[in-house]
Amino acid sequence: MLEARNLECERGGRRLFQGMTFSVGSGETLRVAGPNGSGKTSLLRILCGLLTPSAGEVRWNGARIQALKEEFARHVLYLGHAPAVKDELTGAENLRVACALAGLSPSAQQARDALARLGVPGDKPVRQLSQGQRRRAALARLSVSWQAPLWLLDEPFTALDAAAAELTRSLLGEHAQRGGSVVYSTHQDAGLRDSRVLEL
Amino acid sequence: MVVWRELLVAMRRRSDVATALLFFVVVSSLFPLGVGAEPNKLRAIAPGVIWVAALLSSMLSLARLFAADHADGTLEQMVLGAAPLGVIAAAKAFAHWLVSGLPLVAIAPLLALQYDLERELYGVLALSLLLGTPVLSLVGGIGAALTLGVRGGGVLLALLVLPLYVPVLVMGAGSVEMASAGLGGQGQLLILGAMLIAAAAFAPWATAAALRISSE
Repeated sequence: MLEARNLECERGGRRLFQGMTFSVGSGETLRVAGPNGSGKTSLLRILCGLLTPSAGEVRWNGARIQALKEEFARHVLYLGHAPAVKDELTGAENLRVACALAGLSPSAQQARDALARLGVPGDKPVRQLSQGQRRRAALARLSVSWQAPLWLLDEPFTALDAAAAELTRSLLGEHAQRGGSVVYSTHQDAGLRDSRVLEL
Repeated sequence: MVVWRELLVAMRRRSDVATALLFFVVVSSLFPLGVGAEPNKLRAIAPGVIWVAALLSSMLSLARLFAADHADGTLEQMVLGAAPLGVIAAAKAFAHWLVSGLPLVAIAPLLALQYDLERELYGVLALSLLLGTPVLSLVGGIGAALTLGVRGGGVLLALLVLPLYVPVLVMGAGSVEMASAGLGGQGQLLILGAMLIAAAAFAPWATAAALRISSE
């Protein structure tokens, strides 16, 4: 259970939001909506602990995330604007590195399946792939991250074609059905059955 | 795992590694050409010149230590990773040293040849570099993390880090000079070793703190 209490965020001398209080339980999906510059990315970065809010706090299962540190990290999958994919490495190597950093250890077969499911060639350096395929390589992490109960996704649907967007939707749906929590941002309705929408 | 990844990336970008090494070779070869081929003079300046070239060459690759990871978002994943950030910072510094420090140690005796350095001093020179270059990678990591995402970060990095390199330079070059004077360079080498231990113990955590600040 993720709780945000009275969050306030100031960036560059401008107050983006204040008094933001919400919670996301297991099996719930929260969509963060709002125009560009409304603070969607900042909110997600605060929720995963990359950014310190100017006021308020974030709690995970009752404990402050700053106190949990690496313990919290093991429970979270964060996918930011930048895909966190290294150009020099192949899709398979990227996935292995990402899993190692997150403390996950999928089997070789699971990793292959994850890449195949998203249609990412595992043996080519990512440099040779298109922007959309790179995004898919980043999303491959979703299908091996079932152990992380909380998914925080920043604009997961950008640069995806219809098939990949559908696949992402079903990945998010599966995760919620498993009892995971999802918080994702997008400026248009992605067609998911959201439990709640947070308008910034 | 992080070390393996860094080495893999370095392998696929061999030109970057080669640039730093060639820079080291070229800079230390320029001095005999500029100063003239007077053997006594060359012998006297050899340790200092080789050490300064090593400092600059290590600086050269420092700017890229975290910049690429910062740009493509991997750094965020490291900050949020399951492993303590200090451990990752240490692994990155170690990989940086393997790629940019260790080759210098290997090639330094070859350059010493140009300066007509006595054969007995090659060992001291290589040993001082072996102990000193990891300190450069570790301390440089703090600077690289602090200047991340700053405009004109490269110059700032040099201004920030080079003064911190001074003790390493003094001890490193000093050890070879002392050995050539027949006094033995053990004292300086021991101090270099102590610096290495202190840097290995503290620098990764300072780097981690700096990375947290710059990834906000």
